[in-house]
Amino acid sequence: MKGPRLVKLGLGLAAPVLALLLAFLITSLVLVVAGDPVGEVWSTILGVPEERNIANILNNATVLYLSGLAVAVGFRMNLFNIGVDGQYRVAAFVAAVVAGEAWLPGAANTVLAILAAMLAGAAWAGIAGVLRARRGVSEVISTIMLNFIATGLVAYFLRRVAVREEGSNDIGTKEIPEGSRIPGFSIGDGPTEVYGFIFLAALAGFVYWFVLNRTRFGFDLRATGRSTTAAVASGISVTKMTVVAMLISGAVAGLVGLPLLFGDSYSYGSTFQSGLGFAGIAIALLGRNHPIGIAIGALLFAYLDEQSNPLQILVGVSPDIVAITQGVIVLTVVISYEVVRRYGVRLEQHAVARALEADRQEARA
Amino acid sequence: MPDVAPAVRLRGIGKRFPGVIANDDINIDVARGTIHAIVGENGAGKSTLMKILYGVQAPDSGTIEIAGEQVSLSSPADAIRHGVGMVFQHFQLADNFTVLENVVLGAEKLHGIGAAARAEITRISDAYGLGIEPDRLVEDLGVGARQRVEILKVLYRGAKVVILDEPTAVLVPQEVDELFGNLRELKAEGLSVIFISHKLDEVLSVADEITVIRRGTTVATVDPAGVTSRQLAELMVGSELPSPSTESSTVTDRVTLHVADLSLPGPEGPGQGRPLLDAISFDIHAGEVLGIAGVEGNGQAELVEAIMGMRPGATGSIRLGGVDLDQLSTRRRREAGIGYIPEDRHRHGLLLDAPLWENRVLGHQTRKPWARLGLIDRKAARADTERIVADYDVRTPGVDTLARALSGGNQQKLIVGREMSGEPILLIAAHPTRGVDVGAQAAIWGHIKQARREGLAVLLISADLDELIGLSDRIEVILRGRMVGSFDPSHVTPEQLGSAMTGAGGAA
Repeated sequence: MKGPRLVKLGLGLAAPVLALLLAFLITSLVLVVAGDPVGEVWSTILGVPEERNIANILNNATVLYLSGLAVAVGFRMNLFNIGVDGQYRVAAFVAAVVAGEAWLPGAANTVLAILAAMLAGAAWAGIAGVLRARRGVSEVISTIMLNFIATGLVAYFLRRVAVREEGSNDIGTKEIPEGSRIPGFSIGDGPTEVYGFIFLAALAGFVYWFVLNRTRFGFDLRATGRSTTAAVASGISVTKMTVVAMLISGAVAGLVGLPLLFGDSYSYGSTFQSGLGFAGIAIALLGRNHPIGIAIGALLFAYLDEQSNPLQILVGVSPDIVAITQGVIVLTVVISYEVVRRYGVRLEQHAVARALEADRQEARA
Repeated sequence: MPDVAPAVRLRGIGKRFPGVIANDDINIDVARGTIHAIVGENGAGKSTLMKILYGVQAPDSGTIEIAGEQVSLSSPADAIRHGVGMVFQHFQLADNFTVLENVVLGAEKLHGIGAAARAEITRISDAYGLGIEPDRLVEDLGVGARQRVEILKVLYRGAKVVILDEPTAVLVPQEVDELFGNLRELKAEGLSVIFISHKLDEVLSVADEITVIRRGTTVATVDPAGVTSRQLAELMVGSELPSPSTESSTVTDRVTLHVADLSLPGPEGPGQGRPLLDAISFDIHAGEVLGIAGVEGNGQAELVEAIMGMRPGATGSIRLGGVDLDQLSTRRRREAGIGYIPEDRHRHGLLLDAPLWENRVLGHQTRKPWARLGLIDRKAARADTERIVADYDVRTPGVDTLARALSGGNQQKLIVGREMSGEPILLIAAHPTRGVDVGAQAAIWGHIKQARREGLAVLLISADLDELIGLSDRIEVILRGRMVGSFDPSHVTPEQLGSAMTGAGGAA
């Protein structure tokens, strides 16, 4: 079975490569139409990052990776969780409050806050799960709506618990005591530290892989995603799986804001980064819901973001051009995966037909 | 008739799909004013050929002549323009429209949508004895009448050649006779009918000429007067024909499945409207095959799903080998010893985009040897899949092949092998040989007989009356959700079953 596996791997790599090339091509077209210097833009973006930038890329990728994982959990069951954004806001806020109150000392406080975040994210996503399972409400609609509600809710509660930072109009939760922060590490002698949370993100990726591919629960989840009807006939309770999958997706989404919270801002304030949930959708698509693929997708997006920063200064082009590339990637990824998938199915059918034909001839001989 | 060109002449038609040669060097002449049957086993390439003739798919090679003129058909509209019309196996009618509306839909330019169209429909209906009233709602019509509407639709568009794809598959024997009467009318008026079927007795009774297709190519064109159905069948399979024939009884006095007063309310809710299942009671003993006969849509699917626990709202009592199933989930019921070969293997039986070994696990997620502490042991699952592939003759390059890549027969053999594993005491087989080739059919029949010998109770649902009569120890007829008659397969004819299935006759 060596040959077919290699073919499978080759096809698996062909799709994203094709998608990226297409996306770069389309972005170049946009640049040409706008009259911007194509070559200079790419040489700036595709350069080798410096140590300082590498730390930023890793940090950004950590956050994006968690977001991608959260979306991927849903995708594996054909659930489209657009609400990662709202889920991580609620979760980060809850974690910030819990960690800021510091009911427990040191690391115990951190663990409690992380659990609280996962619980909050799960609960927020669970609303959509229950609505879908019990009432047939599309999770796409309900999670989008819950995003808005989350924004409002968090802003409202933030006012009630917030403390004003000295000399600033920003408000935020109480700062997390130093003993409960997650320490980072430096690459070389760069000034920016890489979040310690990166290891927890990697662990989350491993758990995701293990649960989906090695456990019965994961099997049931994937089976439901592939065919609800076959899942029901095999004895899987689809309503239960829907709720559980949303809870898990939400719990992972709950982690998205934590690298920032424990490694950088130490409090949840009105300037807390938003929009990470939507990037997660693109990254999960790009990474084919595979933990390694998602990691590569997250690194790529983070790299593009970081490298586009100096565009304005160096070549006078808005860094938003990278947002175009990222947006186009989402489209080309979907298309190229489908093209490659069909090609793969055809190859496989050929292989089956060939094998059977050989059988037949043997039988004749 | 050398001076009259044939209505349809196909020469050297070839069509390849990835991994499959669907058609290869097909040659057929269909004379004017005749019924020309095309027979072949499932997967022989009949449907592909008809799609080519109807312009749905383009041939890779070969020529099509219609009434002496070589044509290239790139769409059904092209085909209709050249006078070729097709009646599909699955009707394409809007239920909430009248016959008139259905007929004119898409052909509004011909006779408008009003009185002229109505007059034309009535004229066609009278000319060919179709007996169609233009203002009836399609949803009020029976299956036979719907089929006649489909035929009328084709004639309305000016077809001179009418293709019927497996038209009798959905009909009971009496309706088949009516259909054949209609076809003879068409032929008498000079139209040509191409009749696709694999039911040989029907073909022999209605066709003027028969072309046999095997593995994508035409192997013979014969005169029905000169062949027997056995000879035809052997042409079709190219070898000896299997049959579902009964064996000596293995029925014991131990009740395996006891169903009492099983009811399932209709869409309107309990106590409202007609229930989908109405107080159904029966027992199946160990070593017994109970066949359920019925026109499709009379509650067979619901009965199976109610026993499997897939239908919330079912009332009554189901006991399997002394275990009360009523409160159990589908998974628990399977664990209690039910093997389930579903009616629609693509929807309910397989994960098409998953490898075979994952499909082996499906439905048996909680079973040994792969289920341990909530984990799935892939090695054990692969090994057991290898066993099924070998024992049940599933033709595949390996267990990592996607289920989608296998042919229907091999997919079904995998399902049968899976459901016979895990020591079931009840096997539910819904249309187990639908859409599989003759070789796989014989193998599946063999497995069902084997199950019976091993003392399983078997619930067999099938639209193929010969299969039911051949395999069952007892046949119950289901009509509108009720059991309406019980028959002994050794003394019943398909016609008697057909009468009971439509409510025309009583129980024996």
